[in-house]
Amino acid sequence: MDVIPKWADAVLVPLISLILAAVLSALVILAIGEDPVAAAKLMVEGAIGSTYGWGYTLYYATNFIFTGLAVSVAFHARMFNIGGEGQAMLGGLGVALVCLYIPFPHWALALPVAIIGAAAFAAIWAAIPAYLQAKRGSHIVITTIMFNFIAAALLNYLLVGMLKPSGAMDPATAKFAATTHLPTFQDLFSWGEKPVFRGAPANVSFFVSLLACVAVWFLIWRTRLGFEIRAYGESESAAKYAGISPTKIIMISMIISGALAGCMAINNVMGEAERLVLGSVEGAGFIGIAVALMGRSHPLGVLLAAILFGFLYQGGAELALWTNIPRELIIVIQALVIMFTGALDNMIRMPLEKIFLMMRKEGAA
Amino acid sequence: MWDFLNLFSVPVLETSIRLATPLLLACLAGLFSERAGIFDIGLEGKMLIAAFFSAAISFNTGSVWLGLGAGILASVTLSIIHGLASITFRGNQLISGVAINFLAAGMTVLIAQSWFKQGGRTPQLEGAARFNPIEFPFAETFMPVPVAGPVYASLIGGHALLVYVAIAMVPLTWWVLFRTRFGLRLRAVGENPAAVDTAGVSVVGLRYAAVLICGVLCGLAGAYLATALQAGFVKDMTAGRGYIALAALIFAKWRPWYALAACLLFGYLQAIALRPDLLTAAFGFKVQIQLLDALPYILTVVILAGFVGKAIPPRAGGAPYVKER
Repeated sequence: MDVIPKWADAVLVPLISLILAAVLSALVILAIGEDPVAAAKLMVEGAIGSTYGWGYTLYYATNFIFTGLAVSVAFHARMFNIGGEGQAMLGGLGVALVCLYIPFPHWALALPVAIIGAAAFAAIWAAIPAYLQAKRGSHIVITTIMFNFIAAALLNYLLVGMLKPSGAMDPATAKFAATTHLPTFQDLFSWGEKPVFRGAPANVSFFVSLLACVAVWFLIWRTRLGFEIRAYGESESAAKYAGISPTKIIMISMIISGALAGCMAINNVMGEAERLVLGSVEGAGFIGIAVALMGRSHPLGVLLAAILFGFLYQGGAELALWTNIPRELIIVIQALVIMFTGALDNMIRMPLEKIFLMMRKEGAA
Repeated sequence: MWDFLNLFSVPVLETSIRLATPLLLACLAGLFSERAGIFDIGLEGKMLIAAFFSAAISFNTGSVWLGLGAGILASVTLSIIHGLASITFRGNQLISGVAINFLAAGMTVLIAQSWFKQGGRTPQLEGAARFNPIEFPFAETFMPVPVAGPVYASLIGGHALLVYVAIAMVPLTWWVLFRTRFGLRLRAVGENPAAVDTAGVSVVGLRYAAVLICGVLCGLAGAYLATALQAGFVKDMTAGRGYIALAALIFAKWRPWYALAACLLFGYLQAIALRPDLLTAAFGFKVQIQLLDALPYILTVVILAGFVGKAIPPRAGGAPYVKER
């Protein structure tokens, strides 16, 4: 019998972690001589106070949904894919190659091909560490970290060299053709006189990310493969006994994980920058870890956590713009969330278990 | 021929030693922690926060020694957090390490901006606020002697104090781990904590000790970066060195002397990446710097994959110890 009821595990534990992280962040803001209440107000106003703010919040959220789902799928097989960053970089490369070299008549045709390109490149990048884990026993965490750096070097090489149009100064590819440009929320939702989401980068990839949430939910809880992944994650020996091949599960779950991380590129590369820029992932691969931990590796949780982090990102940008609080505050908040929801989970869980046990005893008496 | 030998000229080797020093200190830090069964991917963060606090306090007090103390203190604080998460609360050590890296990356810039208002950096350090190169006696006199002169003056001598500390740490680490009772127990706790527990020795105590030593060494590494290698702190100045140290640790198969060799190799790769002109002259074609950047990581993956020898980590690494009831 579980000590903590399911609802408490899914809602209460992350909520308490979040409150702790928020309180500590407020203390940090106080310590650097700023007003946390004013900062919070500014963040709310900047991130969700207008359609423009929402446009940015949801744009960031789209990135984090993909990377969060990526980390979640690997978590279900009890693997820690810390390589989302590198996989998303390779996804960007896939998108760029597709958009640069295939002449598409319309974005609706370009999008699915770009998704395949992004997913394929990133999946290959994730498959190598997966293979090394499955066949050679190399620790996946270390190899995926190493692959992040190798990916960075590879992209640096390509963007400073081959892919850079001659005469250009900055390390980036040429602009993609206009027919591959994804419609933004402004294009989609501005019917009346006044345009909404004006200038914000949120685009149709947000809906792709929602579909990805549904697909991951279906995969993990409604298919045989998902069952095998979860079984392997719960107990490797039991899974083996049931005839589930560890190699197969490690490979497949990492390939799916990598592909999801790579799909982030349709949002930031194809949807926003419309060319591949060096360093375009901007740490979103790592935020996926925080998002997956907070979302308890459930797609709905990931969606909510991703929107929260999107809010923090856009709010943080506003803070940096209007106050003396640097953008790095968000990294601190992110660290606190990872710490409390990931590593210090038991610190919150243990006292909660005691409280629930006491309540149960009283109820029985 | 001369072009090729230039790859091993005194200035290049001197730079290699200077760049290898922070790697070595961080690598030995990781060695203590991982030998005791605590994975630590937070080396990067601990170095970074130590770099900031050592630079900031050195600047404010004018004394590099106070700065060093502050750097070590900051790094040890993060170590204690890591210990709390991974030993006391039996959390995931890898996730805790990731969190510590982000915490350091964010906090250093936040505090630097609040204290110095220079865009997340500290002001330049000068004079007694830095670890300056130590001139060996008669270095100037011997300088004209071919090969031996420059080697004595700038390869053996002419480094900051912490360089010698780092190199001295190698035999010290070996001695502590393999010749003392504490070292034996520390290694045992990383292989089979239950056995150590049965013998009546505190697993928690040993692991905390290892994590604290790790913090002190990372503190030295960070202080070296900001007060000796460079003159002040800049945002993200560790630039992945913590991860290279981790790679070196695997490359060295968790052994101190091998760690020295691995760090010198990776330091050399970093040094040669600064001089692509020498490479071009030696090989007659352009060697991509990005390849040199990626080489430590590629080598580590190859080692990890077991293609060149087998890297076997401490058996109880990463697993929190739960006493049987």
